[in-house]
Amino acid sequence: MHGFANPRRFLRLARWLVPATLALGLLLTATGLMWGLLRVPPDRLLGDTVRIMFVHVPAAWLGMGGWAGLTLAGVALLVWRHPLAAIAGRAMAVPGLVFTVICLVTGSIWGRPSWGTWWEWDGRLTSMLVLGFLYIAYIALSDAYARTAQLSAVPAIFALVGAINLPIINRSVVWWNSLHQPASITIGKNAIDTAYLWPLLVSALGMALLFGAATLMRMRALLAHIQAEARLRREASGAPAALARVGG
Amino acid sequence: MRRVAPKHQRLLLAGAALLAVAGAGLSGAYALQNRASYFYLPAQMMADPPAATRAVRLGGMVERGSLRREADGITIAFTVADDRGGRVPVRYRGIAPDLFVEGSGVVAEGRLGPDGVFLADNLLARHDENYVPRELKDMHVAGAPGGAGVAAAARR
Repeated sequence: MHGFANPRRFLRLARWLVPATLALGLLLTATGLMWGLLRVPPDRLLGDTVRIMFVHVPAAWLGMGGWAGLTLAGVALLVWRHPLAAIAGRAMAVPGLVFTVICLVTGSIWGRPSWGTWWEWDGRLTSMLVLGFLYIAYIALSDAYARTAQLSAVPAIFALVGAINLPIINRSVVWWNSLHQPASITIGKNAIDTAYLWPLLVSALGMALLFGAATLMRMRALLAHIQAEARLRREASGAPAALARVGG
Repeated sequence: MRRVAPKHQRLLLAGAALLAVAGAGLSGAYALQNRASYFYLPAQMMADPPAATRAVRLGGMVERGSLRREADGITIAFTVADDRGGRVPVRYRGIAPDLFVEGSGVVAEGRLGPDGVFLADNLLARHDENYVPRELKDMHVAGAPGGAGVAAAARR
């Protein structure tokens, strides 16, 4: 793992991994969504609105998966002082937030025709909204600390503490009477007919690859930004010749 | 005493912190139990009726054969049941959501009257976790909409 401590090795890997994950992600997402929108039969109860599932469910998984990633990056930073961990955390938070928002918006749109309401303060909906707020707080916190040149443990600790929301989201439909139905896919059980399951898995895999591509692209951008800042700082405090070069 | 490498010390500390946070959060969330519940089950409402002045929600299955429309044409009456033996009659004046049918899940918002009839201001449909195409529904879920999933939810 410390092989990637040197950003140069990471950057070499990212150079081909970004286009690969991006292309495959776009292809699989488009396939899964077109399949789900055009090819699957209407559900016995929900009718055509079942098609929202192919966006809503992968977005929910990735919103939660993103925070699990932040937690792992946090542990890697706190325990191994891995230099890329802070950058990975900052990079993952934005796509994580985007998928959480997609999940909330599509859920609201789905709730209106199926339940008869845009929003209710039920356990699942509320804990997912809290996840969105946690992402916003993490982004603000890690950006603020990124401005100080030193590596800070604070965003990593925040990610660890925020991870407690993940089992709460997962269990919210079990512990409390909720408007949201219980999980369809659990270990050893699947209540989704294969007609819906395959496009769902294809679209989830595609969106997961897009999540990965976005994360890698942001990591490259953040590294480049850090490098540029360091160079400016060096040149500002360095020889006048360098300054003249920048100025000229 | 053998010295512990700082890296392992940090790993232990991070693990302990994670466990402590998880324990605190989970026990807190678990202790919320009924306070964070979105609705009363009929059995809970019968055992501990809320005051008639309090706005509450009642959730369960619409009992088969209980749904009828009153003479004014827009008021409906039905019974919400769970499989703990709870049954609460409900009256609602207004438009029910599309998925509201007998044998399916429902959440009614309103007040429990002194006569034991729940007067709903709003109805929300609740569906189960099964996703089945229309053509296949008889193969998968015995019986009609709602099926096993909502019943399982009502069991809790």
